Amino acid sequence: MTTLLDVRGLKTTFATSAGQVRAVDGVSWDVEEGETVALVGESGCGKSVSALSIMRLIDPPAGHIDGGEIIFKGRDLLKLSEEQMRHVRGREIGMVFQEPMTSLNPVLTIGRQLTEGLEIHAKMDVAAARARAMELLGMVGISDSERRLSQYPHQFSGGMRQRMMVAMALACNPSLILADEPTTALDVTIQAQILELMQELSRRLGVAMLIITHNLGVVARYADRVNVMYAGRIIERATAAELYANPRHPYTLGLLRSVPRLDEPMRERLMPIEGQPPDLTRLPRGCAFAPRCAFRVARCDAEAPVLEAVAGGGHVSACWEATRLVTKAAA
Amino acid sequence: MTEALLEVTDLVKHFSVSSGLRGRAASVVRAIDGVSFSIRRGETLGLVGESGCGKTTTGRCVLQLERATSGRIRFDGSDITDMNQSELRQVRRSMQVIFQDPYSSLNPRMSICDILAEPIKVHGLVPDKAKREERVRELLAQVGLLPQHARRFPHQLSGGQRQRVGIARALAMEPKLIVCDEPVSALDVSIQAQIINLLENLQARLGLTYLFIAHDLSVVRHISDRVAVMYLGHIVELADRQALYEEPLHPYTHALLSAVPIPDPKLEASRERMVLRGEVPSPLNPPSGCVFHPRCPIAVDRCSAEIPPLREIRSGHWAACHLA
Repeated sequence: MTTLLDVRGLKTTFATSAGQVRAVDGVSWDVEEGETVALVGESGCGKSVSALSIMRLIDPPAGHIDGGEIIFKGRDLLKLSEEQMRHVRGREIGMVFQEPMTSLNPVLTIGRQLTEGLEIHAKMDVAAARARAMELLGMVGISDSERRLSQYPHQFSGGMRQRMMVAMALACNPSLILADEPTTALDVTIQAQILELMQELSRRLGVAMLIITHNLGVVARYADRVNVMYAGRIIERATAAELYANPRHPYTLGLLRSVPRLDEPMRERLMPIEGQPPDLTRLPRGCAFAPRCAFRVARCDAEAPVLEAVAGGGHVSACWEATRLVTKAAA
Repeated sequence: MTEALLEVTDLVKHFSVSSGLRGRAASVVRAIDGVSFSIRRGETLGLVGESGCGKTTTGRCVLQLERATSGRIRFDGSDITDMNQSELRQVRRSMQVIFQDPYSSLNPRMSICDILAEPIKVHGLVPDKAKREERVRELLAQVGLLPQHARRFPHQLSGGQRQRVGIARALAMEPKLIVCDEPVSALDVSIQAQIINLLENLQARLGLTYLFIAHDLSVVRHISDRVAVMYLGHIVELADRQALYEEPLHPYTHALLSAVPIPDPKLEASRERMVLRGEVPSPLNPPSGCVFHPRCPIAVDRCSAEIPPLREIRSGHWAACHLA
């Protein structure tokens, strides 16, 4: 397979009253054609900022990208003009956001919002765009598309609005879809519907997906590869199967152990990750996770660990004690 | 079996919605439509369901923050349904609430010490100021916060710490029942487990009774003794957690359980999944018969005609389904 998106050493910084905050601190990851990749982490870990950086939607002067390359289909997106970038956003990379109601325009009909992009980016005429819009609604499972096109977002339920977002993202046949917490605002039964739909469409149309989420369960079923982020860095990456079977970073292990699971016998106690999430303005010199880590040794406070191969199949972890973790976890 | 601390019988709550400029043709939202359950002392009852199923309204009716349209609520031996405000004041001390979003439920201009001391003062529990501050320190320690947190303001705390303050404020009244309304769903995964463990510790130490309202089935299974599943204003199934999760009788419970993702790709791949058709209908105009029948994979003719009552199918295992 060929690499579709290659993010190298991306750094994104925000200026706040408390000082410079490096929300994304030199991360590198890639997405291959047709592949589903996940960025997983808790609030403030930099997963959404990573996605916004790719789309160049970080607004100066508060935030700016101050390092790295984003190679998409052989071009560095950071070097494109604003005009060229607009073309990439509409046509080549689609986006699905968490809250469909706030990302749709409440005073434009569903039809208008679907056809606008088609007319601008795909240069379709009004009739062709309308035909395509009806086809798209059918694709995402919205029946009665003729009537639906003349309705407004408030007449759609939450699940339908998210289907509509998926339709908009797919409108111009993109090769990549960025989905930022696509199902977090939805009920569980609707979540399942939307995820099945996205997976089915991405396979059928060969579109690659980047799913950004905090829910490890969601990722297990739908991602090929998973990147786990903490405090602006990637701390572990592996194929989904490998990551869940053989976590090699204490944070990943902690995340997996702290959630109660339906498939396991009931436990007396949960095993939380102690302490609080890091304050990005006051990160420690060494490993950012060290203050909460059960495997901490002296070296963790002195020196920040880098991503190193810990097993085959591209499994990397940023932990000085990654080898000790295996024996401990098995015990 | 110990006696019930809370008994809810045939609870109904309708909200009227006016349409048009003059508020004519009022239609009715059937938020809760005949709900009955009880909670024993020291027990945790989990209440699960999707948004709009009436679980939060049920909690608010129990707390008498909403007046029920009909039905009775007995708490700690007395009927609180028709009590006036001054009688309720006494009862409310014994029933407290923890909200989902600790940030919007704490006054941003008050220090943590003032937030915790105010209800103690208002209810005249500890009239002496110095002793009150002593009590605040004690409460902070109980929820795992440090004495210096008393001088901070809500914005200076993390989400998990703010939820601890919310719990301390509930504990300040020395309650018997705490209604926990989605207490961990706004928190990061790594913090959720801390708060759940804290709630369990406090229950063991202080003999608290919880009504635990949440949409996360894994969390509810972990913390509850018994679980009630709600759909569109009705309890569709109620059982011991073990029975409910291992042998669910209602098709909606089945669907809910199969929709929960499990963090294990191997298991997920082999799991059979029941994806429900359609969406939850509007409580403005609920379906006839069984409210679940339009989405139910096994519905028969009878389901659209006749409302299934909540029946005890096995000992202690109740379900509202004609086919159970």
